[in-house]
Amino acid sequence: MLLATAGLACGYEAEPVLTGVDLELRAGDQVAVLGPNGGGKTTLFRTLLGELSPLDGALELHARCAVVPQTERSRLDFPVSATDVALMGAVSRLAWWRRPSRADRRLARAALALVGLAEHADTTFGDLSGGQRQRVLVARALVQDAPILLLDEPFTGLDAVSADRLEALLVSLTQEGRGLLIATHDVAQARQWGTVLCLNRRQIAFGRADVLTRAVLEATYGGEIVDIDCAVHGQDRAVLPAHHHEH
Amino acid sequence: MHTSLALLSWLTDPWQEPLTRRALLEVVLLGVAGGALGCWLVFFNLAYSAESLAHALLPGLVGAALLGVPLLLGGAAGLLVAAVAVAVAGRIPGLDRDTAVAVVVTTLFGLGVLLALTPASPAGLQGLLFGDVLGVSDGDLVLAAVLVTVVLAALWVTHDRLLVVGFDRLSAPGLGVRPLLVDVALLALLAGALLVAVQGLGNLLVVAVLIAPASAARLVTRRMGPMLLTSGVIAVVAGVAGMYLSFYTGTAAGASIAGVLVLAYVAVAAVRAAVRGRPRARTPQGAPAV
Repeated sequence: MLLATAGLACGYEAEPVLTGVDLELRAGDQVAVLGPNGGGKTTLFRTLLGELSPLDGALELHARCAVVPQTERSRLDFPVSATDVALMGAVSRLAWWRRPSRADRRLARAALALVGLAEHADTTFGDLSGGQRQRVLVARALVQDAPILLLDEPFTGLDAVSADRLEALLVSLTQEGRGLLIATHDVAQARQWGTVLCLNRRQIAFGRADVLTRAVLEATYGGEIVDIDCAVHGQDRAVLPAHHHEH
Repeated sequence: MHTSLALLSWLTDPWQEPLTRRALLEVVLLGVAGGALGCWLVFFNLAYSAESLAHALLPGLVGAALLGVPLLLGGAAGLLVAAVAVAVAGRIPGLDRDTAVAVVVTTLFGLGVLLALTPASPAGLQGLLFGDVLGVSDGDLVLAAVLVTVVLAALWVTHDRLLVVGFDRLSAPGLGVRPLLVDVALLALLAGALLVAVQGLGNLLVVAVLIAPASAARLVTRRMGPMLLTSGVIAVVAGVAGMYLSFYTGTAAGASIAGVLVLAYVAVAAVRAAVRGRPRARTPQGAPAV
């Protein structure tokens, strides 16, 4: 067991943003975290990272967490290479007066190789494609050596080829024994990952993908659900939050 | 032979007097510290804060001159008053942070000018506004040397944390770095640099050595290490060139240095624009060469 929560409530100061989270994450799990913007996904991640204290309930963390943020948050004009960014993952292990060592730099390059970016190790981060930047941030989380990875909508803005490559990388990470919590709006993709956690200011559902009934999705997205033909996902029909269908 | 001697004489004439040699050393020291620190100020969007702090400490400097206490103490007191005033003004409903800073800085700068124009003011207060690099004492040089040592050591130790916060402030806590501490460290270095540099370069011109070399270096480098080095070199070379300009044209030293620093930025930007605007070589098929 990597982490478990029971009746977890979290939020800012005394104001709960998310309540009633009963979650278990084991090595090898790949959990899709579904919910609308403002539904509590980021607040849950920040609580698991220790940036926010639980307001109520129990939180058992048996392993370290690392976050993989959306690439849009990073400054693309910053003068750093892919290796520099991956190396940032080593900082949390260092005393305040220490600098990363050569061993840390080797670790960063090995992490970049693992995500398929060895040949781009010296490329400026801002010059990489969106998919490559996302994989650099995964490499940074790997350098943190955290068994739990929290990924914040990592597929947003990626083309199909980049998304497939990232998907394969995430599968390999779970096969190595890591547990992944992946915030996403893609319901079809979430079904394929096996386990889902649905949030809308409270936990709506947690379990195998078959908990994603229409009623659960409507509760998760406030009833704004539309049906679409979805041959690309190998299904006759899929449901999406209305605001995503419109884009 | 005659030309070489003339050139050598032209180069060495300005440094015949101990007064100008001390000024040269001061400019080199401030260039090293300002060039390196300025790179982080530029990436943390602190250029406006640097200018504001420099202006806000004027009443402290003038007050110290009137009372006959060390300018360093007066400047430090001025910075403290400015910080408290900005914090208080920032809590006024409907007043955003930039406006609060502008109101406080304008008020303090006006107060400083008012004090400087009183009949009791000692002569030479214009040196506080425009600098008096030729008037630096041995004590000022020691202070500048301490500043360089502290700034370079602090930037070395905090380099990776500065990178983390500058790259993605929101993700920094997840990487074990507290943005507030990094901001405080950077602002403390800025305050120290201003306190030391303002005596040589003046209240109005000191920001030039912090911002212009770093902005120029940013245009021609792709990594932080080379940018720090390039910025320091530009600051030192432009500072020394400014002193030559001052010596041979009779212009004020502080203003000459600030002017050459800004010219250095303009020159680098112009060369870069010209290089970028040059048409690329093309293959016979018309595709850009790679």
